[in-house]
Amino acid sequence: MAKQSNEPVLWALFSAGGVFAAFVIPAHLFLLGLAFPLGWIAAPNYESLHALARLPITRLYLFALCFLALFHWAHRFRYTLYDGLQIKHLNELIFVCCYGGAILGTVLAGHLLWSFR
Amino acid sequence: MSDTGPSTRHTEYHPRWYRSRVSTWWWLARWPYLKFILREISSVFVAWFVVLLLLQIRALSRGPDAYARFQHWLQTPLVLLLNLVTLFFVVFHAITWFNLTPRAMAVRFRGKRVPDLLIVGTNYAAWAAISLVVAWFLVRS
Repeated sequence: MAKQSNEPVLWALFSAGGVFAAFVIPAHLFLLGLAFPLGWIAAPNYESLHALARLPITRLYLFALCFLALFHWAHRFRYTLYDGLQIKHLNELIFVCCYGGAILGTVLAGHLLWSFR
Repeated sequence: MSDTGPSTRHTEYHPRWYRSRVSTWWWLARWPYLKFILREISSVFVAWFVVLLLLQIRALSRGPDAYARFQHWLQTPLVLLLNLVTLFFVVFHAITWFNLTPRAMAVRFRGKRVPDLLIVGTNYAAWAAISLVVAWFLVRS
């Protein structure tokens, strides 16, 4: 029997992350990274933003966003290194670094959101 | 690889493969290649956004002082510049992603293939609507 490949699962995560990232990250980033710091739009005050982040639904959303976006990165970056720089001989190392990084980031996100107060 | 057909005679020494060398910088040769690599590189900026988001969540959790420091840090020129570049890449990711959806999924309606333009258009409309929802939640608070 052929060896089972985990590639379809990794590709599905990449794809889901790609959709999620495409739909929500530009708006998030525009506000957080440019519009609020530069004062184009009044930044939300601490209390209300904190209250919003306290809601379980918000935290679930943020966790899903971090998790899927990180696995999207891991998959795409892995192939960029394979094809772009032609360093296929470092296959295992790249694999471990990319998905290891994504898992680490997901655990960190889970911890931060779970213990959020 | 063992692509030895039935007619292939084995010799002790394997002949050298013919493979022309491809430069490490092959993707600079043509615009479509460069576009491909830029699209792939956009994933790094998606990851940077997650880092930024986690820093924000951590600062929010630590209290008003920590959050004020985080906001101050966002105003430093280097971070602003990085976020401007990040915005370019995440928008590039979104556009290339939406434009590719008709290639990835062929939607059929009553036996007829839905035109590519309609699928792409729906994606852009959804993008605008979702962006407004995100902005509404963040600006309102």
